Formats: sequence, structure tokens, C-alpha cells
Amino acid sequence: MTAVTGSKRTAQGESRQMLGHFLGLMGKSVFTALVLAFFVIPVLWLVFAPFDAHPGLNVKLPEFTFNNFKILFENPTAIASLGNSLILALGSMVVVLVLGSLASYSLSRVKIPGRDLLLYTLLLLSSIITGTAAMVPTFLLMVKLGLIDSQFGVILVLSGGILPTVIFILKDFMDSTPKSYEESARLYGAKPLRILWDVVIPLARPGLATIAVWAVVQVWGNFLVPYILLRSPSKSPASVVMYTFYTEGGQPNLALISAFSLLFSIPVVAMYFVVNRRYGFRFHGGIKS
Amino acid sequence: MTAPAAGTGPSRAVADDGDVAGLGKARAMAFLAPALLLISLFLVFPALWTLYLGLTNYRLSGSAAKNPQFVGIDNYINALSDDRFFNSLGLTLIFVFGSAVIGQSALGFAIAWTMTRVRKSVRAVVEFFVLLAWIIPSSVTTFLWYALLDRSDGTLNAMLSTGNTAWLLDYPLQSIIVFNTWVGTAFSMLLFSSALASVPPSQLESARMVGAGAWAQFRDVVFPHIRGHVLTNTLLITLWTFNTFTPYLLTAGGPDDRSNILPIFIYRLALNDGALGQGSAISLIMIIINLVIATVYLRLLKERKS
Repeated sequence: MTAVTGSKRTAQGESRQMLGHFLGLMGKSVFTALVLAFFVIPVLWLVFAPFDAHPGLNVKLPEFTFNNFKILFENPTAIASLGNSLILALGSMVVVLVLGSLASYSLSRVKIPGRDLLLYTLLLLSSIITGTAAMVPTFLLMVKLGLIDSQFGVILVLSGGILPTVIFILKDFMDSTPKSYEESARLYGAKPLRILWDVVIPLARPGLATIAVWAVVQVWGNFLVPYILLRSPSKSPASVVMYTFYTEGGQPNLALISAFSLLFSIPVVAMYFVVNRRYGFRFHGGIKS
Repeated sequence: MTAPAAGTGPSRAVADDGDVAGLGKARAMAFLAPALLLISLFLVFPALWTLYLGLTNYRLSGSAAKNPQFVGIDNYINALSDDRFFNSLGLTLIFVFGSAVIGQSALGFAIAWTMTRVRKSVRAVVEFFVLLAWIIPSSVTTFLWYALLDRSDGTLNAMLSTGNTAWLLDYPLQSIIVFNTWVGTAFSMLLFSSALASVPPSQLESARMVGAGAWAQFRDVVFPHIRGHVLTNTLLITLWTFNTFTPYLLTAGGPDDRSNILPIFIYRLALNDGALGQGSAISLIMIIINLVIATVYLRLLKERKS
């Protein structure tokens, strides 16, 4: 008798467990499907519209054509703006890499008085003085310096904003590179700048690559800084120019915008995933903040 | 270890210091100087200048542009008695709470948690698309959402059969909250999946052995391990969401200021209407709020390190 109830109970428990398992599976699948829908549906337009002969705002399977890209390549403003984005991104990348590696190297190897405080302050400053919070004084400063409508000015402002983070991350990389090579280079009479260039930089290459990509991604998509500091459309980057593509009827020029958006997005997406795979910085703080 | 020869004494001391390249303090300073100069001029100086500008009646044009007057704390008094400022502050709080604290954190955690229990291929696909929203430049993502939410031709109305609902006009704040959740969830997802990976499987196993349900497992095993991450994540995304200007491209603060969050409010006040002094005063309030969030965050980081 007791044996029977016992086995009944187990059977009941088992079926309850199976039900729970089934519900869990259902919940998991439904949730996954909803998440995918939420993240995929807005992007579909970017996949289909660039190849559609009659692109609308809605998502639909395209009447296939490359004509939108022809329209794009025949539009000098659009092409120039992509070039401008490249200038700003590469310019800022060079500035932060050069200044950042010099600074982080010296901070890593020499105990300058107040070093920790300096690093702490830098990190704090870069997180509280954001582009939005400092747009008014930055704008005025550039007016006074005569750097309004200058791409060089935009590069300086953007570099100043990301340099503290660059120094912070690069110092970590510099700290972890082996020091014995520098010692031997020094024994052979190499000067510090030469040691940095020939010995340290090659060793810290993964860190520098991470930073380079990070800087490019940050600047490539930045809207606010070039938006307030540049005046002429011929100097403006893609992020700003994109919002000037209207047809004569005052409607957004969807053929141009769709092809342009795709071309504008591909470099950063590709770079992110290539570097992510190669150096595996799956999680490096806010790679894009 | 043999005693070092007398001649190698000083150089050993230097090497212990870590200065293996013989940089020396003076040259180290010289290496550091260009970076510090750039940061001082384009990051620190603007922030300090905000302090001063906020006390003047500086304007973009007109007589106050040539001869700005010192007006003391008038700008702050004006700001604190201005309905538009409080409207903006209130909207910002709802925006940050809705899209960062609730939206990104909760969704990011839910995705990270679910993805530990699905096939690897599914996980890769989901993570790819969540990351994509984060990586695509903001000018493009805002246009994608503009198209999605369009009144007559938008995909959302077609999917939900909601007729001609003008989402951006009727629900501007809700729209930018959902949009910002969509853009930023990737960060929380990444942070929480690396946090969840650090929970020892053996502890989960034993919790399951003693018959703990999903909720009990989460509360007693998982949560204590990720508590620090939850705080880090909340503070960082709060800071970023508080400072984002991207919704400007979607609603420009409108209609009727109904999505006029602080960054957009400052932009319109200072650079559109030309009230630079007023705008600076509000910028300073923003910097102070940032300072509070960032200080708490850095203190937490320090505590965890020690």
C-alpha cells in the first residue's frame, strides 16, 4: 500500500517536473523570439531599402536594383561627407594614439608624484564633462580660438574628450608588457623615444589596436560635436549631412538615404566584429559609450 | 642571492622603480605634457569656464554678446523658477529611469540570463543583433526608428494594425524611451553575461539538488555574485543616458517640449535661442549631477579593488 502511494507520488512529481520543464522551454522560446523581433525589425529597412527600386519608409522585399548606390556615388556632397567622417575619425585616432601612448608609457614606467590621483582625476573628468554638458563653453571656446568650421578644431575637441579613457586603458596594457626588452635596449644605448617606438609599441600592439578601433567608432558616429562646430556642409561628416538629404518636394530622399546609411554603417560594424574576433575584447568597459 | 656589486646599486634602484628605459622624471613629464595640455584646454577649461559663464548674461548675438555683464546667480534663480527647466528635469528623470534603469538593465539581464540556457547558435544570433543596434551610428539608428514609427507608411502601424498612429507626435517620450532601450541594451547584456559566467556552476547544481526553484536559485546563488555588477551597470548607463543627445534626431524635444530632455533643452536654449549664460548655468547643474553619479561609481570601483 505504502509502496503504491510512493510510486504515485513520484509519478505526479515527474509529470509536474515535465510540465515545469515544458513551460520553461515555452517561456524561453517566446522570450527569445520577442527579443529577436524587437532588435531585428528596425534594422530590416537598412537591409532591404538600399536595394529597392522604389524604397518607402516601410519594410518590404525589394524590387532588386543597384540604382540607389549609383545615385549615391553621383552625389558629390554625400561622398565628400563620408570622406570628412574618415578625416575626423583617422585624425582623432592618430592624435589619441600618439599622445596617449607617450603619456601612458611615462605614467606606467615612472612614478611621477601624484600619479594615482592624476589617473583618478582624468577618469572622473572624462565621465562628467561630456559633449552635451560642455557644449556651450566648448562652442564659445572654439569661437574665441577661431576654430569654428574647422575640421582640425573638431578633431582637437573629440580627442580631448576621449584621451583620458585612452590613457587609462593604455596604461594597463603598458603595465602588462614585459620590461626586460627595454632594459636590454637601454644597455645597448637606445634613447627612451627609440625604445618606446621600437620595443614598447610593437609589444603593446593589441592594446593599441583596441584603442584605435575604439577611437574610430566613437568619432565616426558622433553627431553633436561636428553639428555645433562645423558650418559648411562641404566640411561636415556623414552623421550630420545625412539629415540634409531631401527631395525637391521636401520629402526625405529615401533612395539616397538608404544606400548612404548602409555605406556609412558598414565600416564600423565590420571593424567591431573583426577586432572583436581577433583580440576578443568581448567586454572592454564601454567600447562604445 | 649574491650581493650586488657597488656599481650596479643605483641602476637597480631605478629598475625597482619600474623605470627600465631610464626615462627619468623630467622626460616622463615631457612625454605626459602634450596629452595633459590637450585635455586641459578642451576638456577641463570648458568645464571651469561654465562656472564663470553661468554667472553672466552672455548671449550669442546683440549687445550682451560684446559686453557680457556679470549677473551673479540670476541665471540659477531663473532656472530654478522656470517651468520649462523643471519640465525638462522631470522628463529627463522619467527618460533615464525608463530607458536605462528599467529598460536596458532589465532587458539586458533577461537576455543574458536566457542566453545561458539556449543553444550556442541561437545565442550567437541574438547577441549579434542586440550588438548591431549599439554599433550602428546614431544618425542611422534614429532614421531607422523614424521610418519604423512613421504615421502613414511605418512598419509598426502595419504590424500592429494601429491605423495612422503618429507615434512620435502622440507618444514622444515613450518613443525615445523605447528607442534608447533598443540602442543601449547591448552594454547591460554584455556586462551581465560576463557576470553570470563567473557564478560557479557547482553552487547552482547544489541549489538545484536541494530543490530550489528558479527564483530561489536567482536570489540565493546568482544575485550575491552579481550584486556589484548590477550597481556598476546601473551607474554607468544612468550617466550615459543622462547625457545622450541622440533623441534630438528623433523628436528634437518636441512636440511642445514633451520630449525636451536636459541635453536638448540646453542645446535649444543656448545655441538656438542664443542664451549662452542661461545655458551655461543649466550645464553646470548637469555637470554636478554627473559628478555625483561618477563619484559614487569610482568609490565602488575602489572598494572592490581593495
